[in-house]
Amino acid sequence: MNLFAQAIAWLTDPANQGGPDGIWTRSLEHVWYTVIAVVLACLVAIPLGYLVGHTGRGRGLVVVSSGAARALPSLGVVTVAGLILGIGLTAPMIALILLAIPSILAGAYAGLEAIDRQTIDAARAVGMSEWQILTRVEMPLGLPLLLGGVRSAVLQVVATATLAAYVGSGGLGRPMFLGLKTQDYAQMLAASLVVVVLALVLEGAFELIERLAQRRFAPVPSTST
Amino acid sequence: MKSRFDLSPPVRWLRAAAVVVAGLLALTACSTANPLTSATPSAGSSSAPATLVVGSQQYYSNEIIAELYAQALEAKGFKITRQFQIGQREVYLPELIAGKVDVFPEYSGNLLQYLDKAATAKSGAEVMAALPDALPDGLRILGAAEATDQDSYNVTKEFAAKHGLVSIEDLAKVGGAIKVGANSEFAKRPYGPIGLKGVYGLDVSVISIDDSGGPLTVKALKDGKIQLADIYSADPSIATNEFVTLTDPKNLILPQNVVPVVSAKVDTTAAAIIDKVSAELSTAELVGLNAISVKDQSSSAVIAKAWLTAKGLL
Amino acid sequence: MTWILANLDLIAARTLAHLALSLPAIVLAFVLSLPLGWFAARYTWSRLGVLTAFGLLYAVPSLPLFIVLPTIIGVGVRDAANVVAALTLYGMALMVRATTDALVSVDPAIRLSATAMGYSGLSRFVTVELPLAGPVLLAGLRVVSVSTISLVTVSGLLGVNNLGLLFTDGFQRGILAEVLAGIGAVVLLALAVDGLLVLIGRAAMPWARAVRAR
Repeated sequence: MNLFAQAIAWLTDPANQGGPDGIWTRSLEHVWYTVIAVVLACLVAIPLGYLVGHTGRGRGLVVVSSGAARALPSLGVVTVAGLILGIGLTAPMIALILLAIPSILAGAYAGLEAIDRQTIDAARAVGMSEWQILTRVEMPLGLPLLLGGVRSAVLQVVATATLAAYVGSGGLGRPMFLGLKTQDYAQMLAASLVVVVLALVLEGAFELIERLAQRRFAPVPSTST
Repeated sequence: MKSRFDLSPPVRWLRAAAVVVAGLLALTACSTANPLTSATPSAGSSSAPATLVVGSQQYYSNEIIAELYAQALEAKGFKITRQFQIGQREVYLPELIAGKVDVFPEYSGNLLQYLDKAATAKSGAEVMAALPDALPDGLRILGAAEATDQDSYNVTKEFAAKHGLVSIEDLAKVGGAIKVGANSEFAKRPYGPIGLKGVYGLDVSVISIDDSGGPLTVKALKDGKIQLADIYSADPSIATNEFVTLTDPKNLILPQNVVPVVSAKVDTTAAAIIDKVSAELSTAELVGLNAISVKDQSSSAVIAKAWLTAKGLL
Repeated sequence: MTWILANLDLIAARTLAHLALSLPAIVLAFVLSLPLGWFAARYTWSRLGVLTAFGLLYAVPSLPLFIVLPTIIGVGVRDAANVVAALTLYGMALMVRATTDALVSVDPAIRLSATAMGYSGLSRFVTVELPLAGPVLLAGLRVVSVSTISLVTVSGLLGVNNLGLLFTDGFQRGILAEVLAGIGAVVLLALAVDGLLVLIGRAAMPWARAVRAR
């Protein structure tokens, strides 16, 4: 495609690479936004997911509310948060964290739920405390599913972090929106390609981590999410 | 697998999948209820008044003007289909050219600059004179309204007083980095940072806020996160917040008179009706209409009806 | 609140248009994912490639896809076909993986006994494997339906009629209620379609309830 060739040409032009508006800076900002959003989402979702998965209580509530959260349109959330909070990183962060939480939450409690009850009963029988069961049995065995949840959250956040530019922040959304609004579709596509490449790199990293985790804690009940 | 880290397979997949999807869509297109593609009017008989499609930009003020045209035409027996909120120029202009839309409120300067990147017109009259030739075949402009709604540089009253600002030229006195809040496309517009540098010798950095000078831009200016804001001149928030609009002695910003762009389906009768609306539309009137939309939050239909009734155009 | 009450018919019209874009995309994503999922489940060597390729589709930012897709398939940016095609691709990004997982989860022993009973090829797939994979397929479809309905809003930035227009209009005019109404309508619509899918699943797979009740 001609447009793809133009996009590659745009990316390889040194004028578009350096400087505060350059693709390198924007990519770093983009990764930075993704990392912050996913880490903050993990801080909320993992303890909550473990609580639900370990006690088995509140599962229905969590399933329904994370279903509703998945339906939250990020564009709308950014708009509302922006109207209330003004420009800056807080508004898009709220949208990205809300986007990331359901997958991580599901990964955390599903990972615990998928463990054979006999394993946990055995742990209890040998005199482990609830805390020991959680940290020594459930968390390691549930790790693969949790990682799968974090992985899909990362993928979604990387693709959606472009919205930060909609309310005055940086990231790869800047060249993307600029290209869109000035009919410079090569630039828009170039920025999108970088997002896809970032996603590829992160996917590759997660594939490695997941394999290491599987090797370390094998056997596991399920291979994927 | 090595291809995991190779970019081309997903792209190829995307294309292959897109082709498959498009093929299936073609098959199912007839059965799905589809409010969008049925917009193309059929070439009807010439006896009855034609059905006209009135379009608008994705901008509430533009939608109000489109609604003015639509209701004025309806009052005189025309059948109107409304296609409002059609994105920005790059989305709706192709639809106008394709004959999918018959009446569209436009802004003279930006329209000319979009159609003819090399345009040299500066004054409102020059812009209007250059437009007919720049427009593609099948489209023409009617008379422009006195109302203008153009990009304008605004600062807070306090900031203007502190630095003694009246015109854009005076910004040189501020010193240091000036942050301008505007839509993303502003970064590449002739009246944007390039023009500020070339015409006024000013260095600015752009903070992109894509609400077309709306509440987020206004809040950023009030909070001091930006010093300069690109706000449309007919936006009531300028008066509400006592912002100072800097004058433009070197004509950096082209005048943006509201001007209807119409297709060949708009006959002299219809054109005369639209002209009557344009004749009544001054900048003050437009600011008033916008203010009702933002403050009372009324719909464009309600606002247009009240205004047209008051002007005796219904 | 007053804005919402005064504009109920607008919200209703936008919701209907929203549904008209979402439903074809959800159905298409489901149908098109079946053969691809079957392929990836049947031929292990292809699985990583197929799943990675479609998984990555999800990382393509949606707004550029809405613009670039028309240049590839030759439709207008604002045409329903464009929006539905883009949403179908995103749906497939999730659904191909879910379909593969669902088919892989079918007990190989059951497949073998079906073969022993004389089932072969397509008939075994339709009458034995597909029903057994049903619950997992349904779970995947529910995720696809919710995310599709949420994603439609992005096309509002291009002026496509759907609930996303309430975001852009509310943003410009500073009407918070309008944006909130849009979010609420999207979530309610997603939950309604989700509920519908659950009901359809119960009707089609009465045996699955026992499994889920576990």
